[in-house]
This record gives sequence, structure tokens and C-alpha cells, in this order.
Amino acid sequence: MLAEWSFVGVFLVIALAFPPLGLVTAWLLRPKRPGPIKKSTYECGLETVGDTWVQFKVQYYIYALIFVIFDIEIAFLLPWAVAHMGLSAAQGILPLIEVVIFVGILVAGLMYAWRKGALEWI
Amino acid sequence: MNVFLTSIFVIVSVITLVGALGVVMARTVFASGLWLILSFAGVAGLYVLLEAPFLAAAQILIYVGAVAVLILFAVMLTRRVMGDPGVSQNNSQWGAAAVVAALMFIVLSLTSVQNWRPSTESPPLLAVNALGEAFLGPYLLPFEIVSVVLLVALVGAIILARE
Amino acid sequence: MADFLSQFMPAWLALIIQHVVVGAVLVVFALTNMLGITWIERKVIGRLQDRIGANRAGPFGLLQPLADMVKILTKEDITPTAASRVIYNLGPLLVVPPALLVFAVLPFGAGVSGSDLNIGLLYIFAVASTSTLGILIAGWGSNNKYSLLGAMRAVAQMVSYEVPQALSIIGIVMLSGSLSLQQIVQRQSEIGWFVLLQPLAFVIFLIAAMAEVNRTPFDLPEAESEIIAGHHTEYSGLKFGMFYLAEYINVFFISALAATLFLGGYQIPFVPANNPVHTILGPFVLIGKTFAFVFLTIWLRGTLPRVRVDHLMGFAWKALVPLCLLNIFMTAVLMPLVGLWSANLGISEAYIAIPVMLLANAVLAGLVLWWAGRSTRRRETRLAEQVVPAQ
Repeated sequence: MLAEWSFVGVFLVIALAFPPLGLVTAWLLRPKRPGPIKKSTYECGLETVGDTWVQFKVQYYIYALIFVIFDIEIAFLLPWAVAHMGLSAAQGILPLIEVVIFVGILVAGLMYAWRKGALEWI
Repeated sequence: MNVFLTSIFVIVSVITLVGALGVVMARTVFASGLWLILSFAGVAGLYVLLEAPFLAAAQILIYVGAVAVLILFAVMLTRRVMGDPGVSQNNSQWGAAAVVAALMFIVLSLTSVQNWRPSTESPPLLAVNALGEAFLGPYLLPFEIVSVVLLVALVGAIILARE
Repeated sequence: MADFLSQFMPAWLALIIQHVVVGAVLVVFALTNMLGITWIERKVIGRLQDRIGANRAGPFGLLQPLADMVKILTKEDITPTAASRVIYNLGPLLVVPPALLVFAVLPFGAGVSGSDLNIGLLYIFAVASTSTLGILIAGWGSNNKYSLLGAMRAVAQMVSYEVPQALSIIGIVMLSGSLSLQQIVQRQSEIGWFVLLQPLAFVIFLIAAMAEVNRTPFDLPEAESEIIAGHHTEYSGLKFGMFYLAEYINVFFISALAATLFLGGYQIPFVPANNPVHTILGPFVLIGKTFAFVFLTIWLRGTLPRVRVDHLMGFAWKALVPLCLLNIFMTAVLMPLVGLWSANLGISEAYIAIPVMLLANAVLAGLVLWWAGRSTRRRETRLAEQVVPAQ
């Protein structure tokens, strides 16, 4: 098993090393004439106004949270999906009903969020 | 090969620990979040070395891909994230820290002097398949309870966010 | 190759050298195709807009991507004073690796892939999910309102569409009983291409994939009329190039994945999967199918306007996710029945599975469209009643 993953490990190192190598090449080739105006934020000839930080809507957080929950659901559904054909050949409809209950509870959560307007992008 | 594996284990462990250290040492909350992600990724590497690839991928998918985003979004919602770190997050409770560290040391040293018997069985070839069968077989109740826990988390978050 | 090399050196070193060579080949492959896509995009968009497109550098402008590459390498790199230096530079370093890493499990022929992990599909989704981090880091590190807004939008969009994307392939996992991409391709030679068995999942996957890689009509993170260039507003030179690179590699990979999961991957139609011709022609067949999808994304870009942000988020959660779940359960009920029928009647599984699944998908799609149309009409009537008529 680890033999297959050794490639992923080596490839990870290559993939992580690739952008820095490219940037070093560019650093050797490119001109370097910085200036205070050039380095201003959103260089456009005008001073920027105010702080970068804006109060983000709590909506972003709710979306991220629903996403985390459904991500976990996916991680649980994948093993079931792999085993499903074998399971239903051996035990009939019962495993499917169990998964329907599992997903149904989460869909109830999604419906609740929907009803409460948490899915609206205000 | 064993020396090779051990050295990889050491590298991955160091990455995990450096990430964990970075979380408490970082000056801004955002940087702390980034160090936490490094630590999560290191844990995924440890799972690979333990020949639990499904767990490793799930760790990346859920922790690095999802929980990290959730944490960074939460940071965006806090007041003053840019510029100066403002009030230091470290509130310097040396006494409490010493007690926790001592307790942690006792627990860790007790577990490491135990004579654990490592499993000599090789991991199942179709691990994902076995996992799916286990979810719907002997571990059905925990499997269903997970869904209830997730539902509670969702409802709780929506109620909190509406306040 | 490792066997040959191990005559001269220890086995582990030979293995690592082999891995490095394969990894380098994959990186070069991804880069070449990325350059190809930029050229094709300019030519196709040009034709769609009744222009000729790039035609100065080399015959048919073929050298244009190289010229662009040289140009971007020699551009001055500006780090804004206000940016937080380390985090600002971390962003471009982190967007490219996930885009490259997913190529490790892509099958180019029977037994030909970087590494045939038995959790391949989950690996792809896990690695792809980390691409949000680079964007978020870039947006935060730039210390610019537009960058941060663009990054937040991009991440919210990517996480929302990751769910339907992953849910749409669960039907495929069920049909092939494995997460290994090699086995998914093999299974398609037995039971028929999954586009015939999972047409709804195919459409959902394509929509979600477009949103995942921020392509038109889902290019809101880069909506220049609203938030300039989004998370890469403050980047110049090759640092901007890194975002560009990652975006186009992602387009290529998502097309290759669609071809692998739904169009039989490296297989030539009606040729058995174990036929040795696939070893030679396999990669070319895969690239051909991939570029069909690349062409589709460019065509969409030339045709469709950008969707509105509230529609975008609502569509993922209120339309795609429920539809995915319905599709999963429909497949879960029907496929074991198909297995039973084919065993009882003695007919090959493919001949029963394809008509049954096509019919079921058509019925489901019809029902969903009817329901969506009805609820939209109802909402419009309700809204119309609320409006006080003008005096």
C-alpha cells in the first residue's frame, strides 16, 4: 500500500517545489525598480480610503458551516457507496433504508436552514 | 526501508508539531489559523504512514478543506483582523500552564512506558469496502447518531447566527 | 524503470528516481496542455466573436503562449507596502500544488497512471478542496478590499459547489464499487459509459465543476465590473501567473476528470478495455475527450452572461444538492434490481442498465423541471399580489 503512496509523497515535494522555482527564475530575469507610489495599495493615482477590513456578513459563516456538515456526510456516504452493491445483494433493502435515515436527518437540517432563510444571500 | 520510513515519520511529526507550536506562537489570529492547517496536514501524513489512506484523505477533505475555511471565515467575522494584533492573545497564566503541562507529561509518559502490543495483521486490502460494511453492520447506531450530531450542530449554528 | 536502475543502486533510490521522472512528466504534461488551452481559448473566443484571434507569433499564432510566458517571466513584481509580506507571498505558492497533485491518480491507459490509489476519487476531492486556501490567503495577505471580497466570494462559491460535485459522483462509485479511477474506467467497458447511466449526475458534475474552477458563467470571484480582479488584484508578474496557471490547469484537469468518469476515459468506443491498442492510443484518446470538454467550457464562456451572486449560492444548495440526493437514491434502488433482472433473464447487464437508467433519469428530470416551474410561477404570482398597483 505504501508503495503507491510513495509516488504521491515524491509528487507532493515536486508540486510544492515547482512554484518557488518558477518565482526564483522570474526574480533573476525581471527588472526591480520599486517606488513608493508603485507599491501603494491598488495603485491607481488616488489614495485608498479607509480600512481594508470590512464587516463580512454572517452568511459566509453559515454557508461554510453547512458545507462542513455536508462534507462530513460525503465522507460517510462514500464507503457506503463502495459497499452498496455487495450489501444489497447480501441483505436486500435494509442497508439502503438505514442510509436513507442517515441522509434524511441531514436533509431535515437543510430544510430547516432553508425555512429559516439561512440559505438566502441577503 | 525501515530507516527510510522512520525518517519520513520524523519529518511528518516535526511538521505537525511545528504547526501546533505556530498556532500558539503566532501574532495574529489569521496566522494561527494557517499554522493549524499545517498541523492538520501533518496529521494526514501520519495517517498515510499508518496505512489508513481513507482516514488521511478524509482528514484533508474535512479538516484542511472545510474546517480550516470555517475557522478562517470566523476570523473574518471578528473585530480588527488587519494591521496591529491589538491585545495579545496570550494572557500569560503561567501557573495554569505549568499544571496542564505537568498533567500532560504524566499522561504521555505513562502511555509511552506501557508495553503496547502492535497489531501484526496487515490492513485489509479493500479497506473502504470494509468500512462501508462496518457502518451499516456492527456500527449502525454510531453511524446514525453522527447524523443527529451533525443536525444539532447545524441547527445550533443557525440559531446562534440569528441572535 | 526502477528494476533496470536497481542494478546500479539501492532499490529505494531507484524507486525515488522513477517517481521523480514520472512526476516531472506529469508536471510537464499539465503545463503543455495548459499552454495549449490558453491558445485554443483565444482562437475559439476570437471565432465566437467574429474575430481571428492570436495570429502574429508563429503560424496560426501557435507561439503566442510561449511569448506570453516569456513576457510574464520578465515583468516586474510589485509587493504593496501595506500587504503582509509572508502571507502575501504564500498565496501564489499554495494555489498551484493542489492543481498539479490531482494528476497523480489520472489513468492514461490500462495500468498507466502515476499511482493507482484505491481511494483515488476521494484523494482528488481532498486535494482539490485545499485549493481554497491559497485564494483565501492571497485575498487576506494583499490587504486590499477588493482582494478580500473576491477571495471570500471565491471560497464561498467553491465550497458551496464542492458538495454537489462530490455528491454527483456517488452514483458512479456505487456503479463501479470502487474509488480507484482505473477500476472506474474498467467498469465502464463492462456496463457502458457512465454518461448513459448517470446523465443527470453528468450535468450536475459539469455545472459544479465550472463553478469550482470559477469559469463563466460562474466567474463571480473575478467579476471585474464589481471587484476588479478579485483575489489576484494586487499580484503582478509571475505571482499573478501562478493564479493564471492554476486556473487553467484546473480547467484541464476537471475536463479530464469528466472524460474519465463519464466518457470512458482512455477507452476507444466498442474496443475491449484489455485490448493492447489502449496502451499506445489511450493517452491520445483521453486528451481528445478532454479537449472536447475544454471546448465546451470556452463555448460557454463565449455565450453565457454571469449569474447573480444570490442565484449562484441558492442554485447550489436549493437545486443541485437535493437533485443529487434524489439521483443517489434512485441509483441505489434501481441498480441492484438491474443486477437481479440480468441474472434472471440471462442478458448482459449493460443492455438492461442503460435503458432503465436513461428512462429513470428522464422521468426524474421531467418531474424536477415541472416542480421547479410550478414553484417559480407560484412565487411570481405571490410577489405580483404584494405589489400595490400604480394609481
